[in-house]
Amino acid sequence: MTDPALHRSTAGVATRLVQVRTKILKQNDVVARRLRQCFHQNGVYVVSLVSSPGSGKTMLLEQTLTMMRQRGHRVAALVGDLATENDAARLKRAEVPVRQITTGTVCHLEAEMLEKTLAGWQLNELDYLFVENVGNLVCPATYDLGEDLRLVLFSTTEGEDKPLKYPTIFNTADMAVITKMDLAEVVEFDAEAAHRNIHAVRPEMEILELSAKSGAGMQQWLQCLEAHRAASASAST
Amino acid sequence: MHELSIAIRIIDIAEEESRKHDDACVMAVHLKIGCMSGVVIEALLSAFEIAREETLLAHAELKIEALPVKVRCPKCDCEQLADSIQCLCCSVCRTLSPEITQGRELEVVAVELEPLETVQ
Repeated sequence: MTDPALHRSTAGVATRLVQVRTKILKQNDVVARRLRQCFHQNGVYVVSLVSSPGSGKTMLLEQTLTMMRQRGHRVAALVGDLATENDAARLKRAEVPVRQITTGTVCHLEAEMLEKTLAGWQLNELDYLFVENVGNLVCPATYDLGEDLRLVLFSTTEGEDKPLKYPTIFNTADMAVITKMDLAEVVEFDAEAAHRNIHAVRPEMEILELSAKSGAGMQQWLQCLEAHRAASASAST
Repeated sequence: MHELSIAIRIIDIAEEESRKHDDACVMAVHLKIGCMSGVVIEALLSAFEIAREETLLAHAELKIEALPVKVRCPKCDCEQLADSIQCLCCSVCRTLSPEITQGRELEVVAVELEPLETVQ
């Protein structure tokens, strides 16, 4: 910190100007770093999902948990919602550990919420942990959760211009997943325009298209998760 | 509307600084906010009005430097302003670039504290 310099504020009052140079979210970043370290030490690969409400996050997650378990992986999920435990109840049908984070009035998950909810979980007994964020394409963008891979989802029913309307969340994600491809034809979804818009706000981003309902693209999606986890494991050894 | 959480964090940081200087009154907080930070400045200003009540920042104002998005352009081989947050291409040669060099900042740069001799 530098010595306070005398300064005249806009109100005309003589003030001392003190340099601070601190990240506003330093507290969240400290916890996120601690979580990331803890995940790596326990060998668990953490995938977070962000999207607007109704994009098919929970449906995709339910299918993913079931299929990943069938492929021999040990998986679990955390679900963030403002209210109700409906999504957690749905995900429990996949017969894997699920915990709900009810955020109340908070419109996004923060690293500290994850840390509290994970207390008492044996992370070393997991290969993958999925974190479903609150349905919101604005606020979650700002908060690091210590995840390895952040997915942004949007459905064919939401329109190709979604990435242009919410550029920040697309830019902070590692991969885009277009859901409800079984409805693409009905809603006249223009996949080429969607890809172009995604790459305008996040050049070179990996994009997957799938339908959790019909199963189209699901195998590729699971293989993609496995490849990302393998790449992450080899990078950290 | 996560700007209220952000406003509270800003107040915490400024109060921490104030306590190091004998609880001096905070007159202003200088911030750097990137256009790609996910924070809407107007919403932050409104949230700050509410959050600052009954704190050491009750009379403080926010002085915000909004930072546009810059990318490292592979073609120009230097940092350039991006077109906009909807199009991360170099504003000079139009090449898309995945590497953002400015625009994600959320930082408290400095605080202005009232000199002790003027505090009643």
